[in-house]
Parts: sequence; C-alpha cells; structure tokens
Amino acid sequence: MTSALFIEQLLNGLQFGVMLFLMAAGLTLVFGVMGLINLAHGALYMVGAFACATVANFTGSFWLGLAASIVAAATAGAIVELVVIRRLYKRDHLDQVLATFALILIFSEGTRWVFGSFPLYLNVPDLLSGPVMLPGGIQYSLYRLAIIVIGGLVALGLYFLIAKTRLGIRIRAGESDREMIAALGVDIRLLYTIVFALGAALAGFAGALVGAIQSVQVGMGEPVLILAFVVIVIGGIGSIKGALVGAILVGIVDTMGRFLLPMFFQLFMENAQANSVGSALASMSIYILMALVLIFKPKGLFPAHG
Amino acid sequence: MVKLTKENSLNALVAMTLLVVPFIALAIDEPFYITLATRVAIFALAGVGLNLALGLGGLVSFGHAAFFGLGGYAAGILASHALNYEPIFTVPFEVNGTTEMLIIWLVAILVSGLAALFIGLFSLRTTGVYFIMITLAFAQMIYYFAISWPAYGGEDGLSIYVRNKFPGVNTLDPLSFFLIAFCVLMLAVLLVFVLKNSRFGAALQAARQNDERLSAVGIHPFNIRLTAFVVSAMITGLAGALYADLNRFVSPNMFSWHTSGEIMIFVILGGVGRMFGPIVGAALFILFEFVFGGLTEHWMLFLGLVLLVVVLFARGGLIGFITGKVRHE
Repeated sequence: MTSALFIEQLLNGLQFGVMLFLMAAGLTLVFGVMGLINLAHGALYMVGAFACATVANFTGSFWLGLAASIVAAATAGAIVELVVIRRLYKRDHLDQVLATFALILIFSEGTRWVFGSFPLYLNVPDLLSGPVMLPGGIQYSLYRLAIIVIGGLVALGLYFLIAKTRLGIRIRAGESDREMIAALGVDIRLLYTIVFALGAALAGFAGALVGAIQSVQVGMGEPVLILAFVVIVIGGIGSIKGALVGAILVGIVDTMGRFLLPMFFQLFMENAQANSVGSALASMSIYILMALVLIFKPKGLFPAHG
Repeated sequence: MVKLTKENSLNALVAMTLLVVPFIALAIDEPFYITLATRVAIFALAGVGLNLALGLGGLVSFGHAAFFGLGGYAAGILASHALNYEPIFTVPFEVNGTTEMLIIWLVAILVSGLAALFIGLFSLRTTGVYFIMITLAFAQMIYYFAISWPAYGGEDGLSIYVRNKFPGVNTLDPLSFFLIAFCVLMLAVLLVFVLKNSRFGAALQAARQNDERLSAVGIHPFNIRLTAFVVSAMITGLAGALYADLNRFVSPNMFSWHTSGEIMIFVILGGVGRMFGPIVGAALFILFEFVFGGLTEHWMLFLGLVLLVVVLFARGGLIGFITGKVRHE
C-alpha cells in the first residue's frame, strides 16, 4: 500500500462525508425545528439529480443544471410541505414515517413514469474535469476535490445563516420553544416551510453534485437517506454540528473500511476469503460504529437539547 | 371472554373469507388465486408479529424485515444444505441441513428471537425517532451483510429446489400449503390474543401508555418491551420461513427497508392494534397489487397515494373505519 493511495482513499472518504452532510443537515434541521422524521428526504435528493441532468443535457451547461437542481428541489420541498408535511407536525412518529414512506413511493414511481427506468447521464463540467496535482505529488480528481470545497463552504454558510442572521435566530428559537416564538409574532408556518425548503434545496444540491460521478436513477436517494439517518443518530438528532462531525466520521469509516479491511484480513487469510470477509464487515462498519456511539452516548455525540 | 361485538363479527368474516377463497379458486380451476391467498396469510402473519410490538407495545420498529429475512434465510440455508448433502458445520459437532418444515420453523423462530434479543438490547434503550432509526439501521446492516456475503448466493439469493416437507401433508399441493399457512396464522393470532389479555399484555399496553406508572407498580418496562419485541420478531421470522417456502427462493430483498415498510403498511391499513388488522391490511395490499398491478406497472404510485390518504384522513385503518373506535370495557 502506498501512502498516495491511502491519501486518495482518505479524500474519497472526506468527499463522501461532505455529501452526507448536505443530506443530513436538512434532515436534522427539519427534525430539530419541526420534530418531524422525514423519509422522503432521499426523494428530494433524487429530484435534484434529475433536474440537474435534464437541464444540463438540454442546455449543455452543468452550472445551469446545478441551479435548476436547487430550484427544483426547494420547490418540490415547499409543495410537499404545504400539501402533506404540514398536517404531520402534530402527529406521532408512526404517522410521519408512514406518510413520508408513501411520499417515497409516489416520488419514485412518478419519476419512473416520466423518465423511465434507464439511468440518465450527467457529465462532470469541463472546468472541473481531469485530475489535479496535490502537494506531495498525489494526483486526485479535481471534481471530487471541488465537492469537498463546496461542501465545506456550504457548512460555513449554514453556520453563518444559523448563528448570525435573523432567520437563523428564528430557526433556533423555533427549536427551543415554538409556542413562544409564535406568541412573539413570528409566522411559524412560513418559517417551517422555509426550513423544509432549505433542507430540500441542500438535498437536491447534493443529488446533483453526486449525479455527475454516479448515474442518475430512480431510487438513488434511498441508500444515501439511510446513511444520513445513521449520521444524524451518531451526531445527535437536531444538531448541525453533530451532523457535520457524524457525516465526516461515517464517510471516512465507510470508505476506509472498504479499502483497509480486506487488506487487513489478507494478512492471515487466503485472498478470496479475506476479500469476502473484509467487504462483508466493511459494509456493516458504520452500523457497528453507530451501535458503539449509542452505547456510550445514547443521544448521539452532540445532543441538541442539553 | 369473547363477546359478539361488531369487531369480532368482522374478524370472523375476515377469517372465513380468507379460508374460503382458495376452495372457490380450486372449484373454478384458478390455482393462481390460491397462491395469492397464501401470500395474504403469510404477509398477515408477519404483520401479526409486528402488531404485537407496534400496536400493543407502541414500539415503532422499522426493522422487522430483519426478522422476516432471517426466518427466510434459516429456511433457505437449512434446505439447501440438506438438498446438497453438505453439513452446515462440522466443528465441534456435525450439524446437517433439513427439509422438515417443523424443524426449520423452530430454527427460524430461534434465530429471529436471538437477533431480536440482541437488537432489542441496544435499540430499546432509546425511544421515539431514535428507536425507529436504530431498528432500521440494524436491518440495513443485515441487508448489506446478506448482499456482500457470497456463501449463500449474495445478491442473487438462494433457491430452494423442492418445497420443504410437513408430516402427513403434501406441501407441493397449493391448497395444502395454504392450509398450513392459514393454521399457523390463526395460531399466531390466538397467541397474540392470549398475550394481550394476560398480565403481560396489560403491562405491555401500560408501558405504551405510561412508563412511569408501570415502574411505580414495580414492573420494569424495559423487560416487558424486550419480551414483546422478541416474541414479535419470532412470529415475523416464522412468516419469513413460510414465505421462503412459498416462493422456493430467498433473496436479500427480504431484508430491505421496503419490506419493513410493507409489513408496517399491512398493520396500518387494517388498523393498528386490532387483532385481525394485519390480515385485513395484507389482503388489501395484495388485492391492490393484483388489481392495479394488472392495469399499470406504476401501481406503487397509487399505493403511495392510498397510504397517504389513510394516514392523513382515515386513522384506525379499515377495521377502525367499519367498527369505530376501540371500546375499553
């Protein structure tokens, strides 16, 4: 194993983690502010990817596609919030799970109806294609590096939005006491729609970015959604900081597990057997990580409410 | 005592209908409907299991696919070893596969029960959303394990070439196999009914309604919940074993979270906590799939719409809609 390969895998893990953060941030915000568990978040990720691929293929510009992904996902999010989600805030979690599960079925089959079962392709923009030379002579995909940077910027932007702006103050106030801020004259229904659309936009943005390195297809949001759940459980549901730490932890553990575990088992097993044991264990690694975190910290690493 | 309430009459009607359909199917020479009825019975059994945890205990498990799949794989693995004449393991002693359903069921029940004990020990420390997500995550963990572990077919699944044997019954005959599934279903409903009306059932429902009061009378809610979770998983695991035998095939899809969602749908469509709710729910689901699946390949879209409407506007499911709210006597 060369150190270049090791660093490349580490960066891949970081890139995956950043992606997960964009998903997990919306989930955790929606849960923290509205107390809602939203399974349909993966559907918004898919909407973003399809919007980006369609617009990019039509206009030939990836950047227009990226903008379209944010607009489409935020619009879809706002509509879903107004029509369905709004009725669920006062319901128990069982109803929320079922209704948002129903939304997944509707979104997935609806998309399949419109776009068919074949994946769409989305190319990396010319500006970001090809490798880049990192210090130390390591070649790495420029696009993946850009995703890491963009993800970092979004995390920073979210921090400022929530810590420094008026909207952020309202969101935090909504987290701690929704009756009180309603009594203070804040339109809580509008605030909820905005928060939901913001989360949706982040998910759609993530979907579009990932769409260029994977294929854009129906059901693409579901594996990511479940990982994002693992992330927010590890980080502490409702905490943005927890989502960031959890996402990077999950991204790196998953990627490095797939890379290192088969090699580890090869030290004392035949190659074929080591590969199967290693990859089986690697696919379970983040769930084991989650179980370990929960044994010591049942409310996650950064519990949102005390 | 069983009183002649509206719900009990409806229950009897539901059970009779499910029992009669395959005989009619046989009479009009449409054996496909027998298979449909068998699927209803098996899905209902899985739902009856979940209903014990979800309906009575308020434990929203989004990972019951784990137990459904484990039961299925127990059947698949035992049968494939027996059919290939390979022992399952030889150290420290030799264990062979089997094609006897009764033994397979026992193994399926034990395996799912043990898995539920393990999962429950972790997940029942948490409540609410955490519980939902952790049960989901454990099921996903087993799902990915099943996909990446090549010994039993990995992603492709595992075929059972001949349906397993049941003493004195020709299981290859669809009607006989339906009757086996139906009897198991009725026994499971009876078991849940007895449990519901026992001290244990009272404690379980009290744990759902008010934790502190239950602790105050000296009963530890955790133990009650864990027991309910394990028994619930055992029933769902048994359903998985039957499902494997129905299809003569098991695949990692049995573990997928869609399966967990579907088992939950059976419970909800019929009515949460109703004894016969899962049977009604599973029957509605299969009917829906059959009718709309014949019209359009996008029937899941309509399933989603119906589910959404039921959750938003018709709480209590079909049984709740027909018989009204649960009466507390």
